[in-house]
Amino acid sequence: MAVCIAVIAKENYPLYIRSVPTQGELKFHYTVHTSLDVVEEKISGVGKALADQRELYLGLLYPTEDYKVYGYVTNSKVKFVIVVDSSNASLRDNEIRSMFRKLHNSFTDVMCNPFYNPGDPIQSKAFDSIVSAMMVQAC
Amino acid sequence: MADEALFQFLHSEIIQYINSAETGESENGRCVSKLENMGFRVGQGLIERFTKDTPRFKDELDVMKFICKDFWTSVFKKQIDNLRTNHQGIYVLQDNKFRLLTQLSAGKQYLEHAPKFLAFTCGLVRGALSNLGVKSIVTAEVSVMPACKFQVMIQKI
Repeated sequence: MAVCIAVIAKENYPLYIRSVPTQGELKFHYTVHTSLDVVEEKISGVGKALADQRELYLGLLYPTEDYKVYGYVTNSKVKFVIVVDSSNASLRDNEIRSMFRKLHNSFTDVMCNPFYNPGDPIQSKAFDSIVSAMMVQAC
Repeated sequence: MADEALFQFLHSEIIQYINSAETGESENGRCVSKLENMGFRVGQGLIERFTKDTPRFKDELDVMKFICKDFWTSVFKKQIDNLRTNHQGIYVLQDNKFRLLTQLSAGKQYLEHAPKFLAFTCGLVRGALSNLGVKSIVTAEVSVMPACKFQVMIQKI
């Protein structure tokens, strides 16, 4: 269960960012912003094995004491960032991968929507509902 | 497959519609750019769908090869026949039997109308490339129907 989900465009501005406990919103925005550097580093991948470079899923970007940040980049250089709670240690790699898959599918649907201009903030309700299903339920 | 004919008919009707919407004084210019812009947006959406599962591209040449093989096959059910490059940002894609031109007669009669039929596809390629991170200008030329050449000029910023 994610605590914050963000979709960042090719030019590195956010298309969509949503976090669960609304009081910590600024902190999540900051976390996502700093994780972009790590994403860039992974994409350019100087000197890494060829197999790494071909994958869309980037894996754990960096862990802080409270949170873990995972990244995924599409072929159109749109980045997805998911922040999960560290205490929720039972989340396995496969689950994170499937969350990213669902996000990517939903994002593709948004892109193909003729009423959506690429580069605009995402306002699709369908996308919203997919994201809410993946977030921790706010109590 | 019936879906190919559907797209061809729709495409011809779009061209007719845009042509008639433009009044007589302005020549082909505006008609072609409208078609190109349509193709651009469609190309962006198509690429998002097609590259959902493919691994990341290594470099520009990889991107161009993807366009020539997978992309062209998905849209036109065949591959590009010839890809040439000067390794300095210019690529020429040659299709010897372009699907959207096969319905026009193979002689010289309709050569001047051919650019209208290529505009949408130029936009398609440009949109696809732009979504993959490659800024380009795509032009097309026809010398002998139904063969045509698409020239892609990569713009380095």
